[in-house]
Amino acid sequence: MSPVLVPLAILGRSTLSLLASIGSVAIYTGRAVSHVLRPPFYPRELLWQLLHIGWLSLPVVGLTALFTGGALALQIYAGGSRFNAEAVVPQIVAIGIVRELGPVLGGLMVAGRVAAAIAAEIGTMKVTEQIDALVTLSTNPLKYLTVPRILAATLSLPVLVAVGDAIGIFGGYLVSTTRLGFNEAAYLQNTADFLEAWDVTSGLIKGAVFGFLVALMGCYHGMNSGRGAQGVGRATTNAVVSASILILASNYLLTELFFTA
Amino acid sequence: MIALADVHKAFGSKQVLRGLTLQVAKGESCVIIGGSGTGKSVCLKCILGLVTPDRGTITVDGRSVTEGDRDAFLSRFGMLFQGGALFDSMSVWQNVAFRLMRGAQKRPKAQAREIAVEKLRRVGLTPDVADLYPSELSGGMQKRVGLARAIAAEPEIIFFDEPTTGLDPIMAGVINDLIREIVTEMGATAVTITHDMSSVRAIADKVAMLHAGKIRWHGPVGEIDTAEDPYLRQFVTGSADGPIEAVR
Repeated sequence: MSPVLVPLAILGRSTLSLLASIGSVAIYTGRAVSHVLRPPFYPRELLWQLLHIGWLSLPVVGLTALFTGGALALQIYAGGSRFNAEAVVPQIVAIGIVRELGPVLGGLMVAGRVAAAIAAEIGTMKVTEQIDALVTLSTNPLKYLTVPRILAATLSLPVLVAVGDAIGIFGGYLVSTTRLGFNEAAYLQNTADFLEAWDVTSGLIKGAVFGFLVALMGCYHGMNSGRGAQGVGRATTNAVVSASILILASNYLLTELFFTA
Repeated sequence: MIALADVHKAFGSKQVLRGLTLQVAKGESCVIIGGSGTGKSVCLKCILGLVTPDRGTITVDGRSVTEGDRDAFLSRFGMLFQGGALFDSMSVWQNVAFRLMRGAQKRPKAQAREIAVEKLRRVGLTPDVADLYPSELSGGMQKRVGLARAIAAEPEIIFFDEPTTGLDPIMAGVINDLIREIVTEMGATAVTITHDMSSVRAIADKVAMLHAGKIRWHGPVGEIDTAEDPYLRQFVTGSADGPIEAVR
């Protein structure tokens, strides 16, 4: 091949590889979603995953929200003081947490914890022939492994976001009332008066979408894991990175859809 | 009867099966031998539909393995995987009773556990093993649990993928004897793949040697020591000299 064409060949191969990956994820997503409503169902698996994905993620989401709410209050106070707008701290903390930081940071923390765990677990199952064993035992791995994880993440992320919202606002309240001299009752009143139902609901919808993406990426990369420890390690990294990027990209798209359309 | 006719399979540029033709009669115990990477495991996976052949036909009792109800088809099979492939998150009895607690063969939990404990006893494991987890078992015990799982639903056809790999000679002998007993007792059709010649002699009615993606030699187990095929001779004697290249 002519040296002039080498960069073009590399670009072409990369483009084809990217398109193949997108196609593969799309087909996997379609198959997974189509199995959600078709029996057999595995309620015990779903409950187990709700416990693992939802309940056990509460501490990490709660702590993230608490510190973020506190830091946000300090930043808004410092920034607001430049144009005598310190009083808006309760409102901006509340809207910032419920619309953006609660769902996005909650989603990213869950991506780090859950997508990695799912990819590592399913990847190891693949490498040790447990996925093949499931098939020989007349059990569809997509139904048994993927569907409960996707459902559990999609259902539990909005709950985690709601809890994170409350804790994040509480973090802002704690810092504002103890460090910045805000009155406790006035802070809570301002927060409650300013927030609208759609502010909270939009964040919860974002949470559901992020949960779906986190579990989907964990399952997809686990199922397509390469051989050996290196293959599983790469699948785990890819799951976290792709879930995080998809969360940030979909967050922008959803924000455009919800607040500018 | 299991019949494979002119089966080809490639992974990328690597051609693994190149026209594999083999028949295993009902109730027969066939052992497939051959060097590493000759396509023995791929052959089993093609029969089970875990891998789709590029060309050729595979039938079980005259019906193509790709036709009909897949669950009903797979319920006729049991398989012992090379590494056991036990589910880490489940206890031993739940592994053994996996098929008995789901799908068409589902039964009450207590009954499924009772059957699992009976199958564990059949493979020489005591009932107290039932509540342990796979990570708490030795390699030999894991193989036996895998064997119990393979026979739990009393399948018509059982596949054994390198059942004695990684085991000491005594445990390998125990597993070989168990497989022979179970196959005879259940009247099941068995296909075993192995490198271990002691397993071949203990388990097989018929032996098929796979080389370069094709059946190189096949015949009754009693003939493997007298057959004149140079490939089989080299494999049986374990010699480095012969037509099979040591470096592959």
